[in-house]
Amino acid sequence: MDSSTLFGISEISYFVAMVVYITYLAFRKPQIGLTATTITIIGFVSQTSAILLRWKEFYDLGQMGILRAAPFTNLYESLIFFVWCLILGYLVIEFRYRNRSFGAFVTPIAGLALAFIDLTGMSKAIQPLVPALQSNWLLAHVVLSFIAYSTFAIAFSTGLMYLILKTDKRNEPSYIFWTVALGVLVVILTAMGLDYLKFKLLIRTPEGLIKSYLFKATLFSQTTAVSALSWAAALAFIFVLWRYGYVIKRVVAAFQVSTEILDEITYKSIAIGFPVFTLGGLIFGAIWADQAWGVYWSWDPKETWSLITWLVYAFYLHARLLRGWKGKKIAVVAVVGFVTVVFTYLGVNLLLSGLHSYGALE
Amino acid sequence: MEKEKNKSLIDRVWDFFASVKLAIVVFAVLSLTSIIGTIIEQNAEPERNVRLLAKFFGQSAAPTLFRVFDTLGFMDMYHSWWFVAILLLLASNLIVCSIDRLPKIMKLVKEPVKPLSEEHFRGFGIKKEIVLKGRPEKTRDMVAGAIKKAAGFNLAEIKEGEGYQLYSQKGNFTRLGVYITHFSILIILIGAIIGIFFGFKGFLNLPEGAVSDVAYARNGQEMPLGFSIRCDEFNVDFYGNSDMPKEYKSRLTIIKDGKEVMKKEIRVNEPLTYKGITFYQSSYGLVPGGGGNSIFKFKLTSKDGRTEEVSLRFEGSFTIPGTDLTGKIEDFSPALGFDEKTGMPFTYAEQMNNPAVYISFYEKDKRKYGGWILKRYPQTGQLPDGHTVEFLDLWGIQYTGLQVRKDPGVWIVYLGCITMSIGLFIAFFMSHKRLWVRLVEERNNTRVIIGATANKNRHAFERKIDRMVSLLSKAHEGGK
Repeated sequence: MDSSTLFGISEISYFVAMVVYITYLAFRKPQIGLTATTITIIGFVSQTSAILLRWKEFYDLGQMGILRAAPFTNLYESLIFFVWCLILGYLVIEFRYRNRSFGAFVTPIAGLALAFIDLTGMSKAIQPLVPALQSNWLLAHVVLSFIAYSTFAIAFSTGLMYLILKTDKRNEPSYIFWTVALGVLVVILTAMGLDYLKFKLLIRTPEGLIKSYLFKATLFSQTTAVSALSWAAALAFIFVLWRYGYVIKRVVAAFQVSTEILDEITYKSIAIGFPVFTLGGLIFGAIWADQAWGVYWSWDPKETWSLITWLVYAFYLHARLLRGWKGKKIAVVAVVGFVTVVFTYLGVNLLLSGLHSYGALE
Repeated sequence: MEKEKNKSLIDRVWDFFASVKLAIVVFAVLSLTSIIGTIIEQNAEPERNVRLLAKFFGQSAAPTLFRVFDTLGFMDMYHSWWFVAILLLLASNLIVCSIDRLPKIMKLVKEPVKPLSEEHFRGFGIKKEIVLKGRPEKTRDMVAGAIKKAAGFNLAEIKEGEGYQLYSQKGNFTRLGVYITHFSILIILIGAIIGIFFGFKGFLNLPEGAVSDVAYARNGQEMPLGFSIRCDEFNVDFYGNSDMPKEYKSRLTIIKDGKEVMKKEIRVNEPLTYKGITFYQSSYGLVPGGGGNSIFKFKLTSKDGRTEEVSLRFEGSFTIPGTDLTGKIEDFSPALGFDEKTGMPFTYAEQMNNPAVYISFYEKDKRKYGGWILKRYPQTGQLPDGHTVEFLDLWGIQYTGLQVRKDPGVWIVYLGCITMSIGLFIAFFMSHKRLWVRLVEERNNTRVIIGATANKNRHAFERKIDRMVSLLSKAHEGGK
């Protein structure tokens, strides 16, 4: 069995687990919950083996030490690793809080991240390392960054759940915030999916998809009618989400998680993620840049966006611990924080240029 | 209200700078403005950003908008006066806020833990009770031992009526974690400022064989190094026969007062430092004009196994040992490729990706045959007569691109980073724990009442105390 078969198994497992977790929420039968957990663990184990196998495949390619052959060097591999950290974090929470309800929220993120890989058709080939990446800092920098990203992803899920549960009125700013944010996310993903389906044959590289065809099938279509219709559909969707948000609230309420636990997990995840991100993301990144290029900080977009992420979570911690921000207000910050994480991780590579171009989809 | 009014102006300014509100406003402002700088390309050619602006605001508005943004410093935003001012605001906020709060925190750190009255015991978040056989004098050591074993506390004790009170604290210094973290940001800023004022950044493109005693700033200005540097050799290795570089490296020699004082091979991620100036391998290229000093190296092997190594210049010639067959270099390509359709040779890159020489062979001044010999494909050097010509190296036509940097502040920045890591670890993963235990005599037995607090991660501390209680009850069972 090679690594891609094992990755396939884990991807399917997470999607199946998602369905089973949701079924569990509907029927609350312990056997179903146990099945969901088992499937998630099967996915996790096969993903772990896949990563180790790929590490070995990379190492067998030769020419570098075992530490430098860590398979975390391009967008594909880093997404896989992100999903791995996320599932690990989730399993820890499931065992510590004895609560399976988050599974229905976390497994879709894992599944979506893996689907994003297939949707954009990004290269899965093992690529040899360009000289700048041949450093022992690679492993430490990437591993710690992604552990932090995963804790932020967990804080995002629990923060979003908190907002969904705590808001009722449609004119409430935090209600508008979560419905619109969720709506925009779904619209973007759908539009990208349609781009892919329409231009599949024209696209040579996924980078080409982002650079030349992004939203060209719908929102930015050459045909005025298609474009206008897409905008109308997108706005209508967001409106419907806003109008009927209580349906989602009912679904989330079925999870029967107390909002205090959600708030606590959000805070604790960030309290772990923040120092890890500072050390692994910013400090190790700066030391590595200093050794490779002779500048520990050059304000390139990736660095700047990491700093923005750091500032948003610093904002969260100070507002919560010292200014006494509570409840919905602070949950909004946790959600915004993860949006900056996603932009640091994907947006910078896809939309902005910089020294970190090795992460581009090619 | 009265009190507010009576505050002097200085007090108000002080309060403004000490406030957490200012800190979170600065966080928000820094994040939002930083975003702009990642969209507008920094230090780029003006046309690029005019084009970018035209995309968003239309052709007609773009030039005017560019001028407005340019005046406001957005084209080199992170060095503009207002961005630096926000950073300085953050620094003064940190300093003032730390001075403001430090006395209170130091009191918490230094204050020894004191025994508590009975009423105080009621209010604890963590509270446990257990009854042990035997009078307090007997059980005292057992309790102290269990606490030491489970939680690592060394206890002080006082006598309380018929019983005792044991009390202790750990990690009181962890209250300083936040301040260590804040202080580290100041250290990093100081290091950065030293770098800006006493360091320089530049580059140097040094051809193989060339010597330089200056580097160049981005604006082209010469910066004397105080010594000379020579590139002895530069090489790129590729992955297999692809054009993807695996490694590039330069052999450099430092010359001071006419003497060679240092030799080192550098590659990406492995720079050379001499007298505080560091040279980083950053790029490479071909010397414009072909490099008049370039030298081709070949290994010649005749049919009957006689070998010879020769070095020659462009258009130079050599003789295969033991024969009268001579070869002459007539053409050179740094990256030779063959057209897929016509098979015609052409140069596909201005880099030494696939160096090749065209050599014509002559016997008694009559051209016999000729062809391209490629360095990366030794089989191209097999001659029809059974001799071989191996293209070993080409020296003097490539330059090594070096980043040159002097930054006396970098060690202070590193120190700041280490301090920050320590500070964050203390602030987030360690806590100030306090523990009080009363041993109350109860009909010749001991009631053990435990009360404890932790300023962070209370659950973990509670688990430790639970373990301690179970240790006690076990020891108790055993002692029966």
